[in-house]
Amino acid sequence: MIPTEHYLALSFILFTIGVIGVLTRRNVIIILMSIELILNAVNINLVAFSRHLGGVDGQIFAIFIITDAAAEAAVGLGIIIAFFRNRATVLADEMDLLKW
Amino acid sequence: MTLNLVFFYFFSALAVVSAILMITRRNVVHSAIFLVTALLATAGIYLQLRAELLFAVQIILYVGGIMVLFLFVIMLVNLDVAVRQAAFSRQTWLAILLAAAMTGQVALAVWTGRASVTLPPVQAGALDPNTEIVGLALFRNHMLPFEIASILLLVAMIGAVVMSKKKI
Amino acid sequence: MTDWLIQFFAPHVVPLIIVLFVVLVLPLLVGYVVLLERKVMADMQARLGPMRVGPHGLLQPIADAVKLLIKEDIIPENADRFLFWIAPLISVTAAMVAFSGLTFAPGKYELFGHLNTIAVADLNIGLLFVVAVSSMGIFGIVLGGWASNSHYSLLGALRSSAQMVSYETAAGMALISGLLLAGSLSTRAIVERQAAEGVWFIFLAPVGFFIYLVAGIAETNRAPFDLPEAESELVAGYMTEFSGFRWSLYFLAEYANMIVVSGIATTLFLGGWLRPFAGAAELNFLDFAPPVIFLGVAGYCLWRVPRLFEPVHKVVMTLFAGLCLLLALVLALPVTVLPSWKPVLHGVFWFVAKVVAYLYAFMWFRFTFPRYRFDQLMRLGWQFMIPVSIVHVMLLALALVLQRDPGQGGLGWPWWHGMLVSTGGTLLVAAWLAALSERRQAAPAGSPA
Repeated sequence: MIPTEHYLALSFILFTIGVIGVLTRRNVIIILMSIELILNAVNINLVAFSRHLGGVDGQIFAIFIITDAAAEAAVGLGIIIAFFRNRATVLADEMDLLKW
Repeated sequence: MTLNLVFFYFFSALAVVSAILMITRRNVVHSAIFLVTALLATAGIYLQLRAELLFAVQIILYVGGIMVLFLFVIMLVNLDVAVRQAAFSRQTWLAILLAAAMTGQVALAVWTGRASVTLPPVQAGALDPNTEIVGLALFRNHMLPFEIASILLLVAMIGAVVMSKKKI
Repeated sequence: MTDWLIQFFAPHVVPLIIVLFVVLVLPLLVGYVVLLERKVMADMQARLGPMRVGPHGLLQPIADAVKLLIKEDIIPENADRFLFWIAPLISVTAAMVAFSGLTFAPGKYELFGHLNTIAVADLNIGLLFVVAVSSMGIFGIVLGGWASNSHYSLLGALRSSAQMVSYETAAGMALISGLLLAGSLSTRAIVERQAAEGVWFIFLAPVGFFIYLVAGIAETNRAPFDLPEAESELVAGYMTEFSGFRWSLYFLAEYANMIVVSGIATTLFLGGWLRPFAGAAELNFLDFAPPVIFLGVAGYCLWRVPRLFEPVHKVVMTLFAGLCLLLALVLALPVTVLPSWKPVLHGVFWFVAKVVAYLYAFMWFRFTFPRYRFDQLMRLGWQFMIPVSIVHVMLLALALVLQRDPGQGGLGWPWWHGMLVSTGGTLLVAAWLAALSERRQAAPAGSPA
């Protein structure tokens, strides 16, 4: 039986990598993909605890997080397409219409 | 037991390596492929935690749905000039410093508080006909969030369609 | 040392055999399925098909395999090499891994002290696992089209993957309607349920079977839904720039997908490994059908041998007849002498026979129907298949509830009442949707899409 702390450590490592990806990359699509990685790290955490405590609520929450990630990815990518049609760029640095 | 450990380390290593490769590739399509590998490794971790329904759901929804959507959009907005532009923003070193600070904080908090939390012993096998138990819980105790999630998906679908139209 | 090896491999003997079969023998078998398709195509077009390479073309797949393996491997100039390499691999791996979810014969067998089912793994999410892994095949197509750096490939890949994604939902709903009757996702439990009920689920949910049939044809990019790979439209779609061994991997993936879809339909709707009328003891003479069939084929081959012209043909035909005689013997022994082997051998025979019949249906449709235009295909998928399959699931669930005893909230109807309600209601909704779409197509083309 693998101790639950191992799963929590894995979850934290993936979360950190996702956060670095969000803060570091310029391409908005890669930022969105790093957000998906963060959500997956949280899911691993939830499922590890669900197995440890014997309750199924962790897995139910994880299913809802996957559902929400799908909805958010669809809407986010729609926004990217709309922006790309107007400004022909997908780099976060160049999306500065609201900057003074 | 040892096979269990081998699989855990294999899937974890695959997930971490794929994640690191994902955030460092210059080519966006390669990045997407490595995210697919990371998601498959995560699905393997779920299977190892005896969460079989979540394993199948992750592959069908995340890998087979969301990542295909990502690939389509990447193909739509792919610019050839992107290969020669800078991949990382100017705040990269600050971001890495902050991530290291966050890691240090969490490690410190976990280490100093390690004696204060006593988890109950592991209830192995409490979730064993996994699909049946998850299904029953989803449709009995969590029926309201289930219905709200379906309305959320409807809203997201309409929103995505409207936003990608040329003329509303 | 040998003790440890035996301990390590003992639970996995049958899975290992099946895995080795899928990885090593399936490519050759797929070659023979292609030969079967060419012969069926020829038969439906009033000609003979491959006759020259072996007797009746029996060595044609080997010639084709050799040709594909020695062809030059051409990579387009600006192609993404990593993706070009990995795309066929993803398709083939997804198609082959999907075989892990199927169960081929009943019972658990004790080998070296461990119980084995005649499957790679007796998963309790078997059906869902096969659906999940099949949906991974879409990546092989999308990446193949993108990596080729060519217009035909990209258009073909986008159309093909959009079609696969659209019909996946309808196929899933059709599977759910079968699962409502089966009560479990495990492929072994589904067939055991059909044995217990005494009737194949195709008779209880025929609309579900037909929706899965059509959606399966669209999923595997077969005619009449093969616009993405039609030669007159897009050269070969996403497979255009792949040559030699890479192309053969894609081809292998397509036929392996067909076999997997047939396997799922057989398990869920056609009774898996059950003999027709498995429950009726007075029809036990049907148990002699398998050896008699192989004896008949062997007899025909031996009758043809003196009428062939080339010595190579005569030798191959004699060997083929010998193989059929051996199979007839292997299938006849359990009926008469070794009854404990009957479930395995006859189970595998009936499973394979039903899969072959389903594949014949695939080929029959290919050479009968004209091709759908892409917008007609998408309209059929989203505006007809998905609503009809959802309505079918709802009505079937209603019918199953009404069939329960009055004490549990039902009305105690006999089973065929429920079937009439679900099938009749679904057909009414389908007819209404079809009438709607015909009226819409008769309207002038200026109406919004």
